[in-house]
Amino acid sequence: MSVHASPSLTFESPEQGPDSQRRCVAVCMGTGCSSSESALVRERLREALVEQGLDAEVEVRRTGCFGFCEQGPITVVYPEEVFYTRVKPRDAQKIVEEHIVGGRPVEKLLYKDPLREQPVQKWHEIGFYGKQKRILLGNCGVIDPENIDHYIAKAGYQALEKCLTQLEPTDVIEEVTKSGLRGRGGGGFPTGVKWGLARKTPRWPKYVICNADEGDPGAFMDRSLLEGDPHSVIEGMIIAAYAIGAEYGYIYVRAEYPLAVRRLRIALEQARERGFLGENIFNSGFSFDLQIKEGAGAFVCGEETALMNSIMGERGQPWPRPPYPAVSGLWDQPSNVNNVKSYAYAPAIIRNGADWFKQIGTPKSPGTAVFALTGMVNRTGLIEVPMGITLREIIFDIGGGIPHGKQFKAVQTGGPLGGCLPEEYLDVPIDFDSLQAAGSVMGSGGMVIADESTCMVEFARFFLKFACEESCGKCPPCRIGSLRMLEILTRITEGEGRLEDLDELKRLSKGLQRGSLCGLGQLAPSPVLSVLRHFEDEFRAHIVDKACPARKCKALITYEVVAELCTGCMVCGRNCAANAITGEKLQPHVIDPELCERCGLCYEVCNFDAIVIKSPR
Amino acid sequence: MGTHNDAVDLSLMDDVFREYEGQRGALIPILQKAQEKYGWLPPEVLNLIAKKLGIPVSKVFGVATFYAQFYLERRGRHILRLCDGTACHVRGTPILLTALEEHYQLEPGETTEDGELTVELVYCLGSCALAPVAVLDGEVLGRLRQNMLLRTLKKRIDLAKPA
Repeated sequence: MSVHASPSLTFESPEQGPDSQRRCVAVCMGTGCSSSESALVRERLREALVEQGLDAEVEVRRTGCFGFCEQGPITVVYPEEVFYTRVKPRDAQKIVEEHIVGGRPVEKLLYKDPLREQPVQKWHEIGFYGKQKRILLGNCGVIDPENIDHYIAKAGYQALEKCLTQLEPTDVIEEVTKSGLRGRGGGGFPTGVKWGLARKTPRWPKYVICNADEGDPGAFMDRSLLEGDPHSVIEGMIIAAYAIGAEYGYIYVRAEYPLAVRRLRIALEQARERGFLGENIFNSGFSFDLQIKEGAGAFVCGEETALMNSIMGERGQPWPRPPYPAVSGLWDQPSNVNNVKSYAYAPAIIRNGADWFKQIGTPKSPGTAVFALTGMVNRTGLIEVPMGITLREIIFDIGGGIPHGKQFKAVQTGGPLGGCLPEEYLDVPIDFDSLQAAGSVMGSGGMVIADESTCMVEFARFFLKFACEESCGKCPPCRIGSLRMLEILTRITEGEGRLEDLDELKRLSKGLQRGSLCGLGQLAPSPVLSVLRHFEDEFRAHIVDKACPARKCKALITYEVVAELCTGCMVCGRNCAANAITGEKLQPHVIDPELCERCGLCYEVCNFDAIVIKSPR
Repeated sequence: MGTHNDAVDLSLMDDVFREYEGQRGALIPILQKAQEKYGWLPPEVLNLIAKKLGIPVSKVFGVATFYAQFYLERRGRHILRLCDGTACHVRGTPILLTALEEHYQLEPGETTEDGELTVELVYCLGSCALAPVAVLDGEVLGRLRQNMLLRTLKKRIDLAKPA
């Protein structure tokens, strides 16, 4: 392998380009699809093509995440863009024989939209993709993330070339500022302004740091982007480094993302080989390199000062700001910390201009938002939508509504430090400011749907338990306050709550919000407060009626057998580990509430729906 | 796999110290490499790291205990990491936990007495579309139901079910 003196943006060989008309079967190799054997699918496809003597004509391409993880493993045949779902290794032969050779798409593998009669053939025709606008995720599912030529063919590294050969660093900052790009880690601070602050501090060396410590449960936006299009993040970081005058950078990646780390390492190596990283990039005199730092499992490291402490090999605890990282960050030097997505927007903004970016989204929150849509929704996965879209469009048009005919109850955005919104807010156009006004936050992009079977009190307790466990322990409001709040919430879910507890929760929340050192403590009460604001009746049901309306809280429910439906098949009794179920063969069974542990196994194994969960009221 | 009484072979660390010699902020990657080699972080290794880096053992211990990734105790031969991220939580992880407690008397963080199985609770494995999810020895188990989890454990692991 040779190291090019100056990078070349031309393709090494045209047929490596994803735009060619050459037949290609793309197999998703993101984390979701990989965990349902997509690697084996790819292998079998190759073998089947060899068998047909077509392996030279048809490419089997590894790609990043298509986003429709619910239906994985995903396989798409290009150029006709036929979209296959839940592909098993044994289906590979069919795809090759019937579709590639025979020219007829394999009907049984096409996506069957519950709302349409005919199966859907092309991926952009699927409802899940209808309202999406894929800028950041544009390359995911299209290019091979381990092949830099694929990225280059999609205008990759052109923005960097433009910056280094035509623009002054201040021009770059001005363009990004003008675009109105706001930090996609959740804070929403204008990215260009942040870069400008770091540029102004007259001390060197300076550092650029990418925050890829995506710790919010139920969120995998950054991971998918790093796995599916790692070069876009790297290019964005190099551009930021040029803008602020940094020579070195770090990508701090969550330890639980081994595939993202692997793809990044490959991408870094390729970028160095081509001269996009290293000395004198594009003969501009500008030099930059970066390295990966793997996290070690601490949610608080998503906070920028804690993250920098962790890079320095310390306990990942935050420090009080000011000083802000732009003035004194890593090793007391000026540093710029941005989220993965914020960096990845930069190349597109430089290439297409700030005005192009501003056309998308809302005036105050331009651009798109990437959400991991999960929970009780028909189509889960990763989506990218223009800002200003409503929650209803996301949940019902893209997500296809709530499964099993159940009722929508709440949408949780912003992860464990965000909030829950009820049905009344479904038509609010979403952006950074509107979500905050409604009592939630944009956050980094987690969006979890709760249906009528979710107990909102228990849900609030769940988030607080998370914040409490992840509190770094440095400042008492967070360390002790979150524990006190958790104790109260636990008490309520166990039927021991008092009405005064509601005021006490609000009082403690204020203490955490005002007194905590970093965002973890300041925002930890948010889910509780939003549930109190929008679902107070559920709190009251637990406290006053000792009832759990969603029938989830173990202390407030009982399992009972409906005698008329019970056939006496004895399956429940055999499965009950607590020996709480008695009854003769072919006779209705009885559950002893004293012995019953409320594990729910009987409810699950009963074939006759003869077991019901009851709660007072 | 040996028992707790096995002497720890400290020479395994030689390569690690060589790799990170002179690097700033190397404590965490050194601990990560050490755990890769030993499967956990024995006290002897923590002492050695402190000595080599010229920092107090208390600091090494402080960092090792801060991060969830580091284990200061030996773990079971099989590791079940059960996800309780938000998506998995609303799709049924709590009920999976109850089943584990009922059938194996195991709570998160505990290991069976025979050293066969450790159960860990993690917040988000990032496979939310397959929720609820668990990882058994590196293999992802998606769309889990109680009896499916119990069956898989029974099949994979030679576990004496406690009476």
